[in-house]
Formats: sequence, structure tokens, C-alpha cells
Amino acid sequence: MSAQIELFLQTLIAGILLGGLYALIGLGMALIMGVMRIINLAHGDLMMVAMYIAFFSYDIFHVDPYVSVLIATPALFLLGVGLQKFLITPVLKVESILPHNQVILTVGIGMVLSNLATVFFKSDYRSTPVDYATKAWYLSDFWRNSPIELSLSFAWSVSFVLAVVITAMLWFFLTRTDTGKSIRATAQDLDAALLMGVNVERMRMLTFGLGAALVGAAGCLFMPIYYLYPALGKQFTNIAFVVTILGGLGSTEGAIIGGVILGIFESMTATYLGMGWAPVGRFIIFVAVLVFLPGGVSSLLRSRRFGR
Amino acid sequence: MRKFLPIVLLALFALIPLVGLSSYLMHILILVVMWSVIGMAWNLLGGYCGQVSFGHAAFFGVGAYSAGIIYTKLGVSAWWGIPLSIIVVALVALVIGYISLRLRGPYFVLSTLAIGEVFRVSAENLEGLTQGNLGILIQERTWVEKIWYFYIILFIAAVTFYLIKKTIASRLGYYFVAIREDQDAAESLGINTTLYKTIALCMSAVIAGLAGAFYTNYMGYIDPDVVFSLSDISIVTVMVVMVGGVATFWGPLVGAVIMVLFAELIRSIPMLGAAHQTLFGILLIIIIIFLPNGIAGDTSKILRLLRIRRSS
Repeated sequence: MSAQIELFLQTLIAGILLGGLYALIGLGMALIMGVMRIINLAHGDLMMVAMYIAFFSYDIFHVDPYVSVLIATPALFLLGVGLQKFLITPVLKVESILPHNQVILTVGIGMVLSNLATVFFKSDYRSTPVDYATKAWYLSDFWRNSPIELSLSFAWSVSFVLAVVITAMLWFFLTRTDTGKSIRATAQDLDAALLMGVNVERMRMLTFGLGAALVGAAGCLFMPIYYLYPALGKQFTNIAFVVTILGGLGSTEGAIIGGVILGIFESMTATYLGMGWAPVGRFIIFVAVLVFLPGGVSSLLRSRRFGR
Repeated sequence: MRKFLPIVLLALFALIPLVGLSSYLMHILILVVMWSVIGMAWNLLGGYCGQVSFGHAAFFGVGAYSAGIIYTKLGVSAWWGIPLSIIVVALVALVIGYISLRLRGPYFVLSTLAIGEVFRVSAENLEGLTQGNLGILIQERTWVEKIWYFYIILFIAAVTFYLIKKTIASRLGYYFVAIREDQDAAESLGINTTLYKTIALCMSAVIAGLAGAFYTNYMGYIDPDVVFSLSDISIVTVMVVMVGGVATFWGPLVGAVIMVLFAELIRSIPMLGAAHQTLFGILLIIIIIFLPNGIAGDTSKILRLLRIRRSS
């Protein structure tokens, strides 16, 4: 019995740790979704770019992946701003029959990024062999007579803590600064924000940059605990998408909750059903949310708040 | 004259093989016609009804596999897959439509993307049914000469073209366009949007599935990575229509000619082969920014540009 509890708790911990990182990926997507009403299908590919930056700064300059958050995040911010300024904004102005041109455009961007990575870096699997990769804390070290044994990987916990710190910083930025408030205003009502003197064009650029920076930070945090290959983007775009659906359309609180739920769910399917089932589990969550809770978690939060 | 253009063009296409083209050129011709069928299918759903799908590989692949599976499991000719695929793909499209047509706009786009991937993963893992990554090999080819395959796909293309033209001119077509332009307005006018979106999805899926069943018979070999491919089927389908012209009758054909020739050109240059997706992506970006309605949709714009250049 205690072995089963141990397994369950261990899986739960792994799920929460994974969920924190998923939340960070989903947050970037939700921000872009909220402000620009488009889905960024190049999201995972942007993360792949950040991971390559982290990998090469480790490989050439021996920069720790956690330190390269400070390199990759600004780099991705600039990349995001550039993409928005030179590709997405021009498309917003173009008259066309299909309203989803920007979404198709992000698919094109993602294709170019992942294919260029394959051409330049080959499809090899890479990872950063940091010396703390196998380090872990054990419950019995702290509590000698504990009836169950749990372990906590060092790298996973650092990644999780950093993800929480970045999320807190984002929250501070969005709620306590003028620029952050302008971004939220743009997301709530574009026309009203325009009338209040918000430079919507600049906010869009900033948001896309911020979304890219967030997923870039997530990429660096994934680097010590995951491996890297050029086609990895598609999988993480899917994850970001499921997280935003689960959380509710463009809701940032929802994205955090959605990320944690998806993390726990994936960890559970991996333990109890097998590793290969994770993509299928993701899809089942996706379908279940669409059928039973189309507004996502944030619709529950909202109805509670208004007492409906 | 315009009225007879389709018939004239069909007659021209039917006469092309009589010139005596090489096997390779026939292959390219067949691919062009097949891609224009898939493009027309996508155009019905994406162009006219406004529901952009990134998962048409799912329908193409299900069509291809229904032909492959009756060949391996029942031992009958894979050509029976063409009628069978109509039923199978229509059922699959109904289920997919029930789930994903609840979504609007970009969320629908993403759900179709996910569905395409789920079909690929399932086809890889359901080894008892699909033989997994080994794929299905059709051992005996019906004809050595490509000419009969050409006429079959040309027939499918002609029927599809006629069907879509009739649909768009009918009440159904106006409903589709109304849904594309403003779904809420369409709903408030009493159009059952879910029903008509489902009809558009089923029609589109069945046509793409027919092309898939043809593909199995023509190529003689399918595996999950080929027929359920995201980058080589789903995205190319979108590109065929985007390049040719969204919501135009001739767009898919124009797009198919350009895309197939472009792909063959890239493949023939050894250094560029690995980077073909980059070039596709750049082409897609250029088309979206400069010719958002495609070559057939923006003809007047292209002509105007050319005229300015000539006069200046």
C-alpha cells in the first residue's frame, strides 16, 4: 500500500513541476491570444530557437542553461518584436477574404524556423550534460523515520522555482506598471484602449515580444531536463494550445491553472499507462474540455466571482 | 466564351497525353490534377465556408488507408477503396465535425491541426490494422502505363469541379459564404450554421478522401508519415489554395500547377532539397503579404502592377 502511495505522490510532484513549466509556455500563448486574437502557431518553434541559443552558449562558452535565460529571453523578445513588426502587422492591414491569414502566416514562420534548424544543426538529439542533472533530494535525508520515500530532482525543482519567479514578475508587470495595464486594456477592449490613448500598435509589438520571451525563458528552463531537436516545436505548440484551451480563451490565470492540470495529467498517464500515451492523453483532455467546458477553467473562475 | 472555358480546358487536358509525354511528365501531370482536386476540396471548406483546416491530411490519409486496408485485409482490388472511402471519410468527418466545429476561427484551425496529428499517431500505433510504419504495399499494379490513372483522376477532378460550381451557385453556397462573412449574422438570419458547416466539412472531406484512395492505387505504397504528413499534405493543401486563389474556381488548379512545379524544381536542385520547407514557408509568407487572395483572386492587382511597371 505504501508503495502505491509513494508512486502516486511521486507522480503528483513530477506533474506539478512539469505543470509549472507548461504554464509558462501557455502564458505566452495566452497573452498573444488575448491581445491580438490570433493563435501563434510558431510558438513551439520560438521555444526551439531559445533552446538552441541555450545549447550553444553552453557548448561554446560553458554558460549554465539557467544563466542563459538572461541571454535567450531578450534575444527572443527582439525576435518576437521583429516578427510582429515586419511580418504580422503588414498582414493585419492587408484586405483578404480569409480572416485567418495571420494564423496561416505563423504556420509559415514556424515551418521556416524548424526547417532552418534542421538544415543548420542537423536532426541530432542534443542535451546539455550539466553536472547537477542527476542530483536529487530525498525525503529520508530530512525525516529519518518517514514511512515513504520521495525524491525531488534538483534540476526540475530549480526550473520550477524559476518558472514561478518569472510568472510572478509577469504578474507584477501586468498589474502594477502602466505599460502592463495598457496591454491588459488592449486585450479587454481594443477600441476603448485606442480612445484612452493607448498606442495599440506598440502594445501589439510588445505583447508578441513578451510572449516570445516567455516561451524562450521556458525553453532555457527545459534545456537541463529535456533534449533538443529541430522538430520539437510542433509538440510544444500543441501543448501551449491545449493549455490555453484548458485555461480559457486568452486568460492568463486560466493558462497557469491549465498548465498545472495538464502537467499532472500527463505525468499520471505516463506513470499509469505508459510514456507513448502522452499525446493521446493531451488530445483526450482537449476534446473533453471542448465538449464539457467550452470556456475553460477561467469560465468557472468568472462565474464564481460574479456569483452566477 | 467564359461559359465554355471549363469544357475547353477539360478537353485540352484530356488531349495532352496523346502528344506522347514521357513517364515523368505524365507523373507530374497526374500530381497536378490530384493536388487540384485536394485544393478544390479545401477551398470548399476554407475558401467558401471560411473554416480554415490544417488537418486535411486526416481525410486524405483515411481515404488512402481505406483503400489500402480493404486490399490487405479483404484481398479485393484497392480500386474498391474509392467508393468505400466515401462512406468511411464521411463518417470520420461527421465525428470530427461534431467535436471541432464547436470552435470558431483560430481555435478551429488548431483543433484540425491536432486532429491531423492524432490520425498520424494512431495509424503508426494501430499496427494490426495499418501495419504501422511498415506501410501498405499494393503488390500488383493495375496498369503500367500512366495514361489510365491520368484519365481517372481527371474524371474525379471534372466531377469535383462541376459539383463545387453547382453547390456554390445554389442556396447551399450562399449559406456557406454567409457563414464565412459573419457567423452571428448568418445565425440570426435563421441559418443553422452548425449544420451547414458540417455539410461543408463532409463534402470537403469526402473529396479529399477520394484523392487519397486514388493516391493509394496510383503510388502503390502508403505509410503514415506520407499520407498523414502535416508539412507535406496538410500545409501544402492550404498553400495550393492560398497561392492559387482563395474562394475562386480556378485557384486550386493554378495553385496546384505552381506548387507541383515549384516542388519538383526544388527537388531537382541538390543543395536545396533539404531546405524545401523553408522555401515553401517563405513563399507562403510572400503570398499572404502581397497577394492575400492568390494569383487567380488578385489577377487585376497583378495586371495593374505589371502595367505600372511598363508605363514607368
